[in-house]
Amino acid sequence: MELTNENVLGKIIEQFGEENITDAVNPDGIMTFQTNRQTIHELIKYLRDDEKLQISFLTTMCGIHYPEQKDRELCMMYQLHSLRHNYRLRIKVYFPISDPVMPTLTDLYATANWMEREAYDFYGIVFAGHPNLIRILNVEDMEYHPMLRQYPLEDQTREDKVNTFFGR
Amino acid sequence: MSDSNNTDIKMADAPEGYIGAGFFATSFEKVIGLARANSLWPLPFATSCCGIEFMATMGSHYDISRFGSERPSFSPRQADILLVMGTIAKKMGPVVKQVYEQMSEPRWVVAVGACASSGGIFDTYSVLQGIDRVVPVDVYVPGCPPRPEQILDGLMRVQDLAKNESLRRRNSPEYQALLESYNIK
Repeated sequence: MELTNENVLGKIIEQFGEENITDAVNPDGIMTFQTNRQTIHELIKYLRDDEKLQISFLTTMCGIHYPEQKDRELCMMYQLHSLRHNYRLRIKVYFPISDPVMPTLTDLYATANWMEREAYDFYGIVFAGHPNLIRILNVEDMEYHPMLRQYPLEDQTREDKVNTFFGR
Repeated sequence: MSDSNNTDIKMADAPEGYIGAGFFATSFEKVIGLARANSLWPLPFATSCCGIEFMATMGSHYDISRFGSERPSFSPRQADILLVMGTIAKKMGPVVKQVYEQMSEPRWVVAVGACASSGGIFDTYSVLQGIDRVVPVDVYVPGCPPRPEQILDGLMRVQDLAKNESLRRRNSPEYQALLESYNIK
């Protein structure tokens, strides 16, 4: 079976129901849809194990921060790839920053271990069930999650840089 | 004609002293300074592009060996001069400091390139904005990356320091206070 955005979406909605799979768009030819925290683990397991789809490669996952969206401030983005059919798709899950807990995928993909540690490191997203959720890239004693947009990107200890020369 | 018999060769002057028939007397400091300056063993701490530029400096064309730096010491054990080349992330800062602490006196530090000197273009929460935040620096080499000639020039500035400083400078209260300000024992 040739995988197209339509029939893959149809199969997923058939499996998980319309209330759990929303806002499907194709921004750059790669189908992107939203789901929720209850569905995501089962959904990715289904995509991996379904004999027709075989979307069994977790290309990447990362956090996103939208400070202006009320109760949807944080987002986890998953990109999956079917090596068998050369088909890609993207899944987004939005959740409030006051409750930044996501189910872990480490039981499905070993690669999720480090990617989830990275999302925790930079965004403070907690993955329930992760075996070793500690910082991976930043210094261990850092007390904040630097990619959240309430923090300035620049080093704040510089006194010799004039903002006008740096496009700020 | 080869260049070997042209008259452009600059002879180095002997240090100040008394010249007599069959002897030359000068101060111990000057002799030691001469020896130190012409046998500076660099410890390259290369993390990025400036490190590649330093490799060119080590190569036969630019030939850092002319300055007595024949053996880049990849250990702090006999190194005299710490060359920090490249971006130092805050996570790497303690490592730079530890390497500096493991070097024995006399020791000099050269910050090669914009990143080591000031953080360079990486004005970011994760990058150390200049290694002078963790170790005292003697010479800054500007450039992004600096050409090998500039690195050689930085080395020659350190040679000037080594030639002209007193043997006791590193026991001076100012130097002790400097190390104290960096919490280096």
